[in-house]
Amino acid sequence: MFLARLANPSRFLAFTARVLPWLAAATALMLAIGLYQSWTAPDDYQQGATVKIMFIHVPNAWLSMFVWMVMSVSALGTLVWKHPLADVAAKAAAPIGASFTFLALATGSLWGRPMWGTYWQWDARLTSVLILFLMYLSLIALWRAVEDPSRAARAAAVLTLVGAINIPIIKFSVEWWNTLHQGESVFRMGGPTLDRAFLIPLFTMAIGFTLLFVTLHLAAMRNEILRRRVRTLQMMQADGRSS
Amino acid sequence: MSALGPYTVFITTSYGLVAIVVAGLIAAIVLDYRRQQAELRRLEASGVTRRSGKTSSEPS
Repeated sequence: MFLARLANPSRFLAFTARVLPWLAAATALMLAIGLYQSWTAPDDYQQGATVKIMFIHVPNAWLSMFVWMVMSVSALGTLVWKHPLADVAAKAAAPIGASFTFLALATGSLWGRPMWGTYWQWDARLTSVLILFLMYLSLIALWRAVEDPSRAARAAAVLTLVGAINIPIIKFSVEWWNTLHQGESVFRMGGPTLDRAFLIPLFTMAIGFTLLFVTLHLAAMRNEILRRRVRTLQMMQADGRSS
Repeated sequence: MSALGPYTVFITTSYGLVAIVVAGLIAAIVLDYRRQQAELRRLEASGVTRRSGKTSSEPS
């Protein structure tokens, strides 16, 4: 019902104008608390101070997959339910998802050098996340290549749903294959293997980054709606000149 | 900083990279918003309006 009400772009713009300042404030607050907790957390007995990299690496890695799932639901919204804002949501999410995926890869690499002795290893987890990053870039390129947003939306929706196959591969890669990347240590049967001293900053940062995504996503969707209005007016102006 | 020991470079580079990318994302979105708003105002000032006759500042 709520999503149906927001199907009207003008109503959606009014909604974003109301919630964005609150979301931005909540994001800044959670990230500030998370950063404080991260920098005051004790060193890990094996990783030493590099455990601090985990507080930014893990939330970015989670969000890299979460954003693709958001885009997959949006793709269904475009192809099945024909929701007017579905492709707007998918298009606006892609650059944000690509940024989170890049950060997951880069911070993982910076953690890997001192802990594994290498910046990169072609193991199943790292490779499948690299593929996810490349898929984000291809989606962004596709949207830029096709001028008509509705045509681009259908092609992008199909590509997004095909790419969603990679998400369970990323998630279970550490169980299905023998990887250098460690196994699941937070969301696992039997509970997390992390101590509370690390779990608390990790979850605070995860909430902070999730709020950051929601804030940036709504703002980017608002921009996309305005861009389409500009395009419509430019076409009307061009029609007026030619007739 | 010395509390980070031999890993100082890796940790500070990681946090710095996140700060740069997040700041870049925020700046890109804010600048894009201003650009679209300015273009809408320019078009409306030139006499082009939506079929509803409403301007970009009117909600619906």
